[in-house]
This record gives sequence, structure tokens and C-alpha cells, in this order.
Amino acid sequence: MKTVFDKPHALTDVPFHYCPGCTHGIVHRLVAEVMDELGIEGKTVGVASVGCSVFSYNYFNCDMVQAAHGRAPAVGTGVKRANPDNIVFTYQGDGDLAAIGTAETIHAATRGENITIIFINNAIYGMTGGQMAPTSLVGQITQTTPYGRKIETQGYPIRVCEMLATLEGPSYLERVSVDDVKNIKNAKKAIKKAFEYQIEGKGFNLIEVLSTCPTNWGLSPVEALEWLRNNLMVHYPLGVFKDKGAENNE
Amino acid sequence: MEKLLMKGNEAIAEAAIRAGCRHFYGYPITPQTEVSAYMSKKMPKVGGLFLQSESEVAAINMVYGSAAAGVRTMTSSSSPGISLKSEGISYIAGADLPCVILNIVRGGPGLGGIQPAQSDYFQATKGGGHGDYHLVVLAPSSIQECVDLTFEAFDIADTYRLPVMIMGDGMLGQMMEPVVFGEHKGREIPEKTWACSGTNMKREHNIVNSLYIDPKELEDTVIARQKKYDYILENEVKYETDSVEDADIVLVAYGTIGRVAKNAMIKARAEGLKVGLVRPITLWPFPAKAINDIASTAKAFISVEMSMGQMVEDVRLAVNGKAPVYFTGRTGGIIPQPTEILEKIKEVAGGIK
Repeated sequence: MKTVFDKPHALTDVPFHYCPGCTHGIVHRLVAEVMDELGIEGKTVGVASVGCSVFSYNYFNCDMVQAAHGRAPAVGTGVKRANPDNIVFTYQGDGDLAAIGTAETIHAATRGENITIIFINNAIYGMTGGQMAPTSLVGQITQTTPYGRKIETQGYPIRVCEMLATLEGPSYLERVSVDDVKNIKNAKKAIKKAFEYQIEGKGFNLIEVLSTCPTNWGLSPVEALEWLRNNLMVHYPLGVFKDKGAENNE
Repeated sequence: MEKLLMKGNEAIAEAAIRAGCRHFYGYPITPQTEVSAYMSKKMPKVGGLFLQSESEVAAINMVYGSAAAGVRTMTSSSSPGISLKSEGISYIAGADLPCVILNIVRGGPGLGGIQPAQSDYFQATKGGGHGDYHLVVLAPSSIQECVDLTFEAFDIADTYRLPVMIMGDGMLGQMMEPVVFGEHKGREIPEKTWACSGTNMKREHNIVNSLYIDPKELEDTVIARQKKYDYILENEVKYETDSVEDADIVLVAYGTIGRVAKNAMIKARAEGLKVGLVRPITLWPFPAKAINDIASTAKAFISVEMSMGQMVEDVRLAVNGKAPVYFTGRTGGIIPQPTEILEKIKEVAGGIK
């Protein structure tokens, strides 16, 4: 019998612990498919962060290092500098990357550290039960903004790709989404390009993936996808914010 | 063998390179900045890496990454910077990774001062970061010992898979003395089969991690680590004694003040007082058994420190009621004079007749 669909080799057999409708599973699969297609699983080292994706070290078949909250880019730097032939990626959420780990993110980016960051933006802290994230939208109701995020008290959400695009270090910054088939395909293309850029030594790159958190958004999986389209995508437009490869071709 | 005149900070940096450290991550802070300066000059010449991080927090996490990747790696800082590194140190201990951390201690708390102190003894020996863990803490008292213990630090870290701290102070860091970089024999280091440097599709993936959600599993790993600590307590204690055999009063002092205390001891002996000295070289494991043995003959102990009295608690535990334990010291960057220590010796001597 012909196999038409299978688990990527770069994923282990461990069942995901993610909630129904959460898009972490899709993104894990895309990263694993890219590792398979580029044949890099054996030389890749992943860095898991703190948050729902902390257990990603159980799911990816490559070597995995678990990092403290926000520190994945620094840990990834240490891994990459020790063995520059390794392909190094971090997998981080919005609280991890854009709040507690902002300094590590910006400085890895400005150094042009030759690593890839998969940045999951679902505008909320998932694992701790739905608190306001640095990317939570104005007016968004969370456990710690029960009356909605207010500009006067909590300020504005951070647009990470736009912020990093002001730096010269990054080689490639793109915001993608995994809300439908077309966008998932595009997300995979972006992730693959990011890893390819790293292989080519182009330097720091980050793929921001707009994702859902039905559990903490208090929505069904389908409603969550709609909320992503109608809200997250409005504040966080999809697109390429920096591409040194494309600039060079011009 | 060639003798070189070197500052403590530079001698430690040179010893680290000679011990095979090729990945150094640092952030500027007085009084240890010469370590980074030396590393930034020398590392590129030996194919190594000096990277100035954005913070002490980032530096220790870069160390975590390089240690996880299986290479010899190091960071250095001074007191406030070590507080910032403490999170990372806890993770490194929890993930059983080897590395070396240098603390050139300055006065505290807070921003404190930049002069030599020993007020980080509690932080270094009792944890610093969160959780059940220990660092092996080495306390040199001369520049030569800085060199020798730096070689040892990397070997101990790799042998036991744990972070090792070299604890000096601003005086040791800045002082110049002649040193010899002899042939370091080194220990037999077990192969780093746990390192994350790619599976090459030839083995199961390695995971470097300190998270155990199941309490039983976490307890098991902590107990396993404790067994390692128990072995170290039995086998890695280092200290020096001087004239303790007939001593009525025994001074206990480490690092810079260990040398000053020795002068005080010599002065006291000249005045007919039977004084001895124990100088702990490993602060953890602490030479508790040696001190307890000495307490069978000594009549009193004085812990001499550049703090308000931190090690004195360990001396008291070691003596375990066999003799009174006193304290003398200065803090905030002030180094006690031999005469000040001598005064304390005379005061104690007056009371133990």
C-alpha cells in the first residue's frame, strides 16, 4: 500500500499535550517537515522555552535543550557558538520572547546570531492560565486584564517583527499564520526559508506565527480561528518585514 | 619554569584558556573587568570565543547553552552580577551541566562598593539560586593558587557535571604576584555522551533539561544529585592548616584574609600565644571534619572574615559545641589589619584561661 501521509521523522512518537484547537501542533509539524526535507535533523539542536511549548523537547527528535523563561536566544547563542556547524532553533511564545526575554531577543537579533527563532504569538500566556501578554490587544480580556487591556495602565502591544526590522542584524523576518490551509502552506515556506538562510550563514532570522489559544481565549477552536483572523491579523499584518536574500537579488 | 608577574584576574583568564576553555561569556563589572579584557585579547588568537553579552543573565545562559553543547565554558562577574546569574546557575545545576563561574567579590548588599569583600559566602555556599543544589566553591588566597584552582575547577566541573565557582575578592583580582603555569596533569574526564551537538542520526536525541513535572521523578533526580554531593563532601575537601597541633586558639580564614590572619598568628606566637590557622580552600565542601578534629585539642576558634560573619556559622556547625567559636571581621571593602585580629585573639585568650 502506498503511504500518502505520515508523521515526519523529526517528530517523536510522544503524543502532544496541547489543548484541542491549539495550533502548536501544526507549527511543530511544519518545523519537523522542514527538518526532514532539508535533511538536517541529525545536526539540529532545538531550544525549548518556558510556556506551553516547554515540552517540545519531548516532541522533536533532534537534540533539545530546555531554557529558562525568556533566555532561549542566549542559550541558542551558546549552543551555536560552541558548534557553529549545528543548526539551532528556538521555539518561544509571546510572553517568553517579548516580555521576559526582550533583551535576549533584541541582542541575538542585532548580533545577527546565526539561529532561527520560531515565535508563537497567540496574544496570551497559555500555560499559566491566560494572563495578559506583551502582544495582547488593546481591550483584550485576560485573567489579569479582566476589564480589557487599557492603554493608560498596560500600554500598547508590541509588534515584534516591525521592531526587529529596525535592526541591521536580522537576515529574515516574516509574520505568518496557521489559520487556514493557504496560510499554513505559506508558514511552512517561511520556516523552510529561515532554516535555509541559517544553513547559508545569513544570520539571525525569526518567523512569527499567529496562533490560537482557544482554552484561554474562552472560544471554541473554530471561533478562535475566526478571532485570530478578525483581530490578531488586523493588529499584526502578515508579511515579510526583512529579507536580506531578496534585497541582494534586487 | 618561567615565572610571570600577573594580576589575579588575568592569571585566572590565562589558566582558563590553558585548561581548554574556548567559550567565555562576560559582562563588564568592577573589579573583575580585566578577565573580560584579557579574554577578548587572547581568545581570538587561540581559536576561542569571547562574547560580551547584553547582561549577566544572558551571559550565564550562553554558558548554559555552550555547556549543553559539550564544551568547556566560563563566565565571570562580581557580586551584583552573580545575583543576576543565580537564576541561570540554578538551571545549570538542575540540568547537571559543567561550567566555571568566577566571582571576584565586592562589598554589598545592593550596588555596595567596589572594594574587596567576602560577603557573598552565604550566596556561594548555600545556594544563591533556587532549589536543592550546591556549587563546588574554590577560594584561592594567592595568584598562584588562582591559577592552580582554575585548572581544578574545570576538571571538577567535568568530573561531576556541575557548576564550580571560583571565589576571589577584589584584592586577589587586582593584586600582582609571580605565577608559574606548570604542566597540569588533569583528571580523566568522562565522555560527554549527554551533550546536545546533533544526533547525526546515530543515536536517540539528547535532552538537557531541569523540568520534572512528576514530583517523584523530580525527587529522584534531586536525590541522585545529592549522592553526588555526598561523594564530593567525602572526597574533594581542600584546606591548609598551620600550627594547629598545639594551638589553644585556632583562626579560620579563607582567601585574602587567610593571609592576613596568618600574619596575626605569627604576631600572636611571637607574644607567646599558641595560635593556629585553618584556611579552607574549598568553601563547599567545607572542611568540617578537619575543624571538628582540631576542636578536640583547641580551646577556642575565631572565624576571621571580610563580612559581618557568614562562614562563622559553618565553623560553629563543624566545631559542634566542642569549643566556643568567635568572630572578627570588617566589611564593606575594608580589610582587617593583623593588629585588629591580634586584639581579638588577646581578648579571646583572656577569656579561655
